[in-house]
Amino acid sequence: MAETNKIGKDIEIKKKNRLKEFLESEFFFNYKRNIPAIIGTIIIIIFLLMATIGPLLVTQNPYNLSEIQLMDAYKPPAWVDGGEWKFPLGTDSQGRDILSSVVYGSRISLFIGLTGMLLSSFIGTVLGLAAGYFGGKIDSFIMRIADIQLSFPATLIALFIMSIAGRGIDNLLIALTLVGWVIYARTVRGATLSEKKKEYVEAGKVIGLPSRKIITKHILPNVMTSMIVIATIQVGTFILTEATLSFLGVGVPVTRPSLGLLVKNGFDVLFSGLWWASTFPGLFIMLLVFGINMLGDFLRDELNPRLK
Amino acid sequence: MVEKLLEVKDLKTYFHTFKGIVKAVDGVSFKLNKGEILGIVGESGGGKSVTGFSILKLIDDPGKIENGEILFNGENLVNKSEKEMKKIRGSKISMIFQDPMTSLNPLYTIQQQIGEVLKIHTNMNAEQRKQRCINLLDDVGIPQPEARLKSYPHQFSGGMRQRAIIAAALAAEPELIIADEPTTALDVTIQAQILRLMKKLVKEKNTSLLLITHDLAVVAEMVDRAIVLYCGQVMETGKIDDLIHQPIHPYTYGLLNSIPRLNDQKKRLSQIEGMVPNMFELPKGCNYAPRCDYCQERCLKEEPKIREIYEGHRVSCHYPLSREGSHE
Amino acid sequence: MNNLLKVENLKQRFDLHSDFLDKIKFKNGKFSFVNKRVKAVNGVNFSIKKGEVFGLVGESGCGKSTTAKTIIKLYEPESGKIIFNGEDISNYNYKEMLPVRRNIQMIFQDPYASLNPRQRLQDIIMEPMLFHDIVSDRKEAYAKMLDIIEKVGLRREHAYRFPHQFSGGQRQRIGIARSLAVEPEFIIADEPVSALDVSIQAQILNILMDLKEEFHFSYLFIAHDLSVVKHISDRLGVMYLGFLVEKGNKEKIFSDPQHPYTKALFSAVPTIDGANLDEIIELEGQVPDPVNLPQGCCFHSRCPYSMPICEEERPELVEIEEDHMVACHLL
Repeated sequence: MAETNKIGKDIEIKKKNRLKEFLESEFFFNYKRNIPAIIGTIIIIIFLLMATIGPLLVTQNPYNLSEIQLMDAYKPPAWVDGGEWKFPLGTDSQGRDILSSVVYGSRISLFIGLTGMLLSSFIGTVLGLAAGYFGGKIDSFIMRIADIQLSFPATLIALFIMSIAGRGIDNLLIALTLVGWVIYARTVRGATLSEKKKEYVEAGKVIGLPSRKIITKHILPNVMTSMIVIATIQVGTFILTEATLSFLGVGVPVTRPSLGLLVKNGFDVLFSGLWWASTFPGLFIMLLVFGINMLGDFLRDELNPRLK
Repeated sequence: MVEKLLEVKDLKTYFHTFKGIVKAVDGVSFKLNKGEILGIVGESGGGKSVTGFSILKLIDDPGKIENGEILFNGENLVNKSEKEMKKIRGSKISMIFQDPMTSLNPLYTIQQQIGEVLKIHTNMNAEQRKQRCINLLDDVGIPQPEARLKSYPHQFSGGMRQRAIIAAALAAEPELIIADEPTTALDVTIQAQILRLMKKLVKEKNTSLLLITHDLAVVAEMVDRAIVLYCGQVMETGKIDDLIHQPIHPYTYGLLNSIPRLNDQKKRLSQIEGMVPNMFELPKGCNYAPRCDYCQERCLKEEPKIREIYEGHRVSCHYPLSREGSHE
Repeated sequence: MNNLLKVENLKQRFDLHSDFLDKIKFKNGKFSFVNKRVKAVNGVNFSIKKGEVFGLVGESGCGKSTTAKTIIKLYEPESGKIIFNGEDISNYNYKEMLPVRRNIQMIFQDPYASLNPRQRLQDIIMEPMLFHDIVSDRKEAYAKMLDIIEKVGLRREHAYRFPHQFSGGQRQRIGIARSLAVEPEFIIADEPVSALDVSIQAQILNILMDLKEEFHFSYLFIAHDLSVVKHISDRLGVMYLGFLVEKGNKEKIFSDPQHPYTKALFSAVPTIDGANLDEIIELEGQVPDPVNLPQGCCFHSRCPYSMPICEEERPELVEIEEDHMVACHLL
């Protein structure tokens, strides 16, 4: 009994060491010295804060009609003549505060980017694992679908789906998933093919583990790193795709404008001198995707086994 | 009259990694005469490959040659620029690598690859180069060399590839060849052929060979003299017969005894306990002390200096073994 | 006869082209279906007694690893029998194999690829125990795991580490510990020391021998290093191109090799006891393509003593003295 208690304690102590293990790892060491990656992380954190607690800090809810005053319309940014600090980035043609709109818009853009990534990475990984591990007909079938999918531009497919299914966040997520799974399936299949040849997989088979266990416990953890890299970059890509679709008028509904839709709304009045209504949402999209890509580049260099 | 070709003096090559400094080569000195075969032996992490790469200055970040002189024909290579080194590599010093599968470019024919060396380092015209390629392939024992000129590496077997690589290394008639584990990836029967070939060519052409390997048996059959490296430092150096039959460093002695021998009936091998120390936390005093059977207090405190015990037989140990294998 | 394992006429074939489309060839204006097969193992017979170490030697591509992996059913055999403890397991399916797998384990060659880099040492060892219900719960498994890793010379505070925190020799110890976890009777060791340094190699060979004494295992020991095989095995077989050309008692084969290939192989081994580079028997040419096996003796194209009959008739293994069999027309 004393022995097992001691063992229990061993495990307890060691769990606390996980954070320490991470802080002392080579990964974290390189991260600390990679300035672009840190800037990228800061940008992403700012956007995440904006999306979560931002609405509590800004002055108005731009979609609550009772808070909007038509009198406030066409206000330029605060530092331009005629602007006021109540609306730091100005207002649009309906009197909505641009900063508040951007904060609410980032929320939707990030939600779509992240959820789309989660859905497509899940589906893509499952299919990629199956194709790579079982090979044969399953592999041929999944990969031929992927090939067909890849022979059309992603945006075109999404555009096509959206124009049939109609605007809406749910439809948008379906479209993004249908476009986005292929890259995971292909990468995970490739990684699985190289992992399954390794002796530790054979060792699992020698023990007698069923395929399901070998895939989930042995192969999946080892193909995760390549997935994380794609996933990071894909959040940025999805935010851009969503922005494109919304700009073309087939994305999110008007009642829940994302950053992309804000650009479009602003674009409609751009030539009447309201440059700020589309410029600022556009800059925020750029900044967010830039941050994501900088972190993604670091992860790619750090986690890609081929570069190591 | 023996002429000195290469002299390495107190070479230190360190790697600055995120965990700290790795002293991969830490104060290695040796000489290599013309026409001589010198072996560098040791286990992985001993610093033998890094020594080889340091001579050619093929050390990439985060590695750096911190100290020492590499005198090649009296010229110090450490001070040479990359441009000057490029002229020396392949022409005066060439290198043979371990893996015959990756050291040839799969997209070029054998003739193109050997021809390129000739093009850079000699003034031969195309016809002369072709003739030289044929002669070289013939020298390394590739049958029907003329027909093989237009072959691609994948059409060659592993042994044939290593022969082609040797041909390319010999192309510009270098004075020194550095061979880093040239036969480790090959089967025994092929290994024997390649070793025999290398020994023959080196002796015929009076080239010097620096043979880097972990295999003591290969060293025993090939070299004139050898140095034994451990944790980046020279443990013992001397004529090969002395090293193999009368080792005086406990590490060499232990290594030789841990090899199973074909004509030996022992059921248990004598083994060196423990493992190579972590390169970031090298022990104080002698690096080998924690694993040494003869370790004494002094060994744990004071780093031994290399000294000559018998003629041409040097050792870095406070308490070297006597030549009869017993402890003094 | 107390045979633990008996392999009878084992054959193994692999498709050269795995994709269906690669098998269709267009020639002389006609499509035809070509199924090229690599003939990796061609009718191998041997048996291993309880407590015995059987060594399998040969150069790369001779089919020794394939033989081992077929015995442990990582590949389904093409034909032949694998009789383990009196049961023919060659046609067993996944479920029928499960109890057998508790008794046959394997130690792999590459200490880097044979451990899952994302599994901690404790999980690597506990996984097979828990899967085969050798222990009743995780606590018992943990205690047993500590016991095993100490047995192979690792320390209990290593249990929480990942494979990359160990050296090559320590990883090979982990591989050995994993194979011990299910308490097998028979261990297949596929080149277990060829990736290790000399001083570590001796440690691992000693551990393997000590464990054998303690648990009375039998080993099928595969290696290309003849001195290692000589040291560890009781009997051995020499393979060439998927055929066993010579087998029998270790002492008899080493003191008096009979097959021309065995002789050439032995002569090529470098030794530290003085140069024999001048005495090697150099073999002409290359190993034939295992897709198109030569007619007659597998070795005739390179054999210095080749006779007309060698090109036509395949020699059978013949007993030339007790426990020493050779497949050669010379005898």
